[in-house]
Amino acid sequence: MATDTLTRVFSALADPTRRDIVARLAEGDATVGQLAGPYRMTLQAVYKHLRVLEDAGLVSRPQGPQPRPVRLETEVLTQMEIWIERYRRRAEQRYRRLDALLATMSNIDETGGTDDASDPRDDHRG
Amino acid sequence: MPATPETTIEADPKLPIIRITREFAATPGQLFRAHTDPALFARWVGPGAASTRIDHWDARTGGSWRYIATVGGTEHAFRGCFHEVRPDRIVQTFTYEGEPDGVALETLWFEDLGGGRSRLRSQSLADSFEGRDAWLASGMESGVNEGYAKLQRMVDDGAV
Repeated sequence: MATDTLTRVFSALADPTRRDIVARLAEGDATVGQLAGPYRMTLQAVYKHLRVLEDAGLVSRPQGPQPRPVRLETEVLTQMEIWIERYRRRAEQRYRRLDALLATMSNIDETGGTDDASDPRDDHRG
Repeated sequence: MPATPETTIEADPKLPIIRITREFAATPGQLFRAHTDPALFARWVGPGAASTRIDHWDARTGGSWRYIATVGGTEHAFRGCFHEVRPDRIVQTFTYEGEPDGVALETLWFEDLGGGRSRLRSQSLADSFEGRDAWLASGMESGVNEGYAKLQRMVDDGAV
């Protein structure tokens, strides 16, 4: 997944109405008319939001008899989660190195030993 | 002692922000020192296969910093300013010199959980969604670079 795709997804989701549309589609397909129901906006405005979501690959409107339902494309959201998870894992790796370093610092605590000095540091991590 | 919960991360959909939270078996004071003492900082800041050389370090309110990470023979320099340094919070700017126009505003909080434990919360505000997403994407490149570095070591050790 290219960076610009990710950026499109994030900016598509930056709008509260579009986030709401995605949340509602997560419960099942819906027609544009059904989606427009709760909003004080024209069908045209809803179509505009849907086009942004469609360009980001977040929703699709499969060919078929009218009215065509709008469908959430979970694949893109999954891709995004994979990216974020990779980033999270990198942070976790960094913090495990910090864990190891902090374990060596436990005897030279500059705060004046107000903490339990006998506390066995959890430097063994699975 | 209960296992330390793993890092949690959140990419804000409304703002170009990444939030990371992690607990440590250490006091806030120790966590603070690991972030402000250059010799200590260089020992844990990543990425994993990198060796970090501190070029400049003045961890005081109004001070600045610059370090160079070498990954697989390639140098990557990072620099920024310490906007505010105090025991419970550090606010600093962060620029990767490979993308010199980009600058993120980072805030770190050191929270005392008692019993010799603390929570580190960090928030990075990028200057655009594009910048933030490039950060998220950089994990991929780093993974590739780390792979190269590992390969280089294997070559150096005669294992390949």
